[in-house]
Amino acid sequence: MTGILVFLLSLTAVMIIAAGVGIFWAIKSGQFEDMEGPAQRILMDDDDPLIPHNRLKDKEE
Amino acid sequence: MKFTCYHCGQPVPDDLDLTVKISGESRSMCCHGCQAVAKTIVDNGLQDYYLHRTSMPVSGQDVVPDELKKLSLYDHPDIQKSFVIENDAHMKEAVLILEGITCAACIWLNERHLKQLSGVKSAQVNYATHRARISWDENVIKLSTILAEIQLLGYNAHPYNAQTSDALRQKKRKLDLRRIAIAGLSAAQVMMLAVALYAGAAFGMETSTVQLMRYVSLGLTLPVVFYAALPFYRSAWYALRSRKLSMDVPVSIAIISAFIGSTWITFHGKGVVYFDAITMFALFLLAARFLEQGAKEKSVEAAENLLKLAPAMTIRIRDGKQEVVPVLDLEMGDMILAKPGEAIAADAVVVEGESSADEALLTGESRSVPKKPGDSVIAGSINLDGPLFLQVSGVGENTVLAGIVRMLDRAQAEKPRIAQMADRVAGYFTGVLLVLTLIAGGIWLWIDPSKTFEVVLAVLVVTCPCALSIAAPAAMAAAGSHLLQRGTLLTRGHALETLAQVNHVVFDKTGTLTYGKPVLQKSIALGKVDAELCLRLAASLEQASEHPLAASFLNAVDQSTLFLVEKAQNIPGKGVSGMIDGVAYTLGNITVVENRSITELGLPEEVQAGATVVWLASENETLGAFVLSDELRADAIELVSQLKQAGIRVSILSGDSEGAVKYFADKLDIDTYSSSMRPEDKLAALQVMQKAGDVVAMIGDGVNDAPVLAGAQVSFAMGGGTQVAHASSDIVLLSEKLVEIWHAIELGRESIKVIRQNFVWAIGYNFLALPFAAVGFVPPWLASLGMSTSSLIVVLNALRLK
Repeated sequence: MTGILVFLLSLTAVMIIAAGVGIFWAIKSGQFEDMEGPAQRILMDDDDPLIPHNRLKDKEE
Repeated sequence: MKFTCYHCGQPVPDDLDLTVKISGESRSMCCHGCQAVAKTIVDNGLQDYYLHRTSMPVSGQDVVPDELKKLSLYDHPDIQKSFVIENDAHMKEAVLILEGITCAACIWLNERHLKQLSGVKSAQVNYATHRARISWDENVIKLSTILAEIQLLGYNAHPYNAQTSDALRQKKRKLDLRRIAIAGLSAAQVMMLAVALYAGAAFGMETSTVQLMRYVSLGLTLPVVFYAALPFYRSAWYALRSRKLSMDVPVSIAIISAFIGSTWITFHGKGVVYFDAITMFALFLLAARFLEQGAKEKSVEAAENLLKLAPAMTIRIRDGKQEVVPVLDLEMGDMILAKPGEAIAADAVVVEGESSADEALLTGESRSVPKKPGDSVIAGSINLDGPLFLQVSGVGENTVLAGIVRMLDRAQAEKPRIAQMADRVAGYFTGVLLVLTLIAGGIWLWIDPSKTFEVVLAVLVVTCPCALSIAAPAAMAAAGSHLLQRGTLLTRGHALETLAQVNHVVFDKTGTLTYGKPVLQKSIALGKVDAELCLRLAASLEQASEHPLAASFLNAVDQSTLFLVEKAQNIPGKGVSGMIDGVAYTLGNITVVENRSITELGLPEEVQAGATVVWLASENETLGAFVLSDELRADAIELVSQLKQAGIRVSILSGDSEGAVKYFADKLDIDTYSSSMRPEDKLAALQVMQKAGDVVAMIGDGVNDAPVLAGAQVSFAMGGGTQVAHASSDIVLLSEKLVEIWHAIELGRESIKVIRQNFVWAIGYNFLALPFAAVGFVPPWLASLGMSTSSLIVVLNALRLK
């Protein structure tokens, strides 16, 4: 009983540290500065020219 | 057939044939500027912008070589010093404010294009603040090239001088977020273990397991107690050192004592641990303060963006030579040149040239303001029509813009009286609370020593007066930021609560109830031509004029019915002349008709005092006269009737003549008015009202209103009013919309109501919870939950203010 708990709790510790590092990194790299832009940006099809069909049309021009 | 410009959506002039091939289709453009911008976009493979945009951009401007030359000054190391950060030997980073962003596609366009440039390492645009962070390799690309590329896309970039205060604020924000993250992570885990421990206590659990969980909880609580909760100890220590009791004192006592107690229990067995209560308590408090801070900062940021829109460069004229210099180098009395379309660099007085200025960034009003020699212009406003030679009258901290920001700072520093009271009450409350806690602890020590600790902790936590302390500030912040969005700037803290009690509103006339600018009142036909045609002729003649009166004529007619004018000419000191359909007309002051007998012109008597008369004549005949005078603001009547309906008395105190004041008072249905008043008369009249017990709100704009504005319990200055008026008032109506006064009064009343509700709730909750906690019915975790719920309710209640 205690054995498995020790294992699970240490696993938790590892996860907390991982999550903490992740959040700290996110804060440090300024991901909480702009809460609006990224949501809009995802809608822009940056990869449009990468889709083969679109690339062909570009070449015809 | 009419086309609209594919780039900016403006109509395309008929005689223009400009096209750009976009995604295989030929699109028409309205001007060379738009064509150039669209071409740049297509040439760089960014035509997707046109698919994704959700609103039209501003029209492209022709990029003048001169402009580009000016940009090269930004490469100068001295100038870069103020806004460029050097990351590496030749890696540099700067923040730019982007002008012209209308939708998310604009951000995509800028980011993509800049990243394509060789030498640009990264480019990121913040959608919320319209600021771009760009880093580049100095050896490959120059900052001026980057700025020029942005301009080619049709946007304007200004370097943003990241002041230390801004950097500090960001650092603090990041620190706060880190503390919240720590508290959040710990609280989640500790709560989980706590559930297991409570369940274990109910159904039985091995001692070794209980001990294990306690040790883990203790470990998880360490970062909260020694890192996340530090701000509480610090502020409690400051409060104690200045012999005051702030709410951070019981908060710190609760956290520290609970931690020491629980740790002792963990190592020595027997009892209950409260690690869950500690972490939750810290998390909720930190989160509540973070939100409160955010609301405060928003209003500061809005004001600061104003300040940073002033340009960094300008053209100075010395010894007849023009040179481009940084604005920082300008001194009082310098001569500068503002070209049309440029932002004005400093507060200045027009020496030569006539133009109009767009002061929208200060007033929110897009209507341009005519400027002629002798007029003053403010830093950051845009010069629209012609070049202006200016003499600098204020730079840096002395500008109107900087003044507004300072006023805002002052308002934030001054706590409203009601909030000060809450702080004092919270102070006493804390004292009483600590005493009660000691008494309760003493009694329990006598009844059942084993439960003493739990009860003391519950009392401390449950009665934490956080809700009481944030009751007023939360409501004030919510109302203030809402008003700012509508163009009403609170400059003193007490304004809202005083507004709620106002029962008498006193107006100045000129510039406040009226526009303070001439508006066409009447067209009179004096010859064969009817009045309506006279007006059209007059407006046509004024088309080419830059005289302030010209706008009054042009606003009075339908622009599409104007005639084509040939040989249009300005005659200084007289008016304008021109040929329409082969007939020569002159429009101007009395000199236009001087040679003719005026009595025969038969000007009607109803022309009110102070009105301007403009005459229209053909070569041999006087055709008409136009009466221009000041006009009531569009919403003045609405405001007065709303105020009257709400039972608020309305009066006018004016320096103008009896006739003019009566004319407007009748129009507005105001019975009490006084005319020909000097500033000291106004103040005396105000004091009479105040002696009679009225709470007076004064609305004014001029230098002559300053004393009475300062004397009134609460006062509004018009955004376009003088600086002195701004400085002596409590509220500035940047929007210049009079109805906003009624809105502000309503919101003030609403705020006071909300603050009262919050007080009743916060105090009621604390007094209700205290006895339960004292007799031991409230376990610490429930106390913690109750405390934060009560704070949350207070904040949510404040957010209702709209």
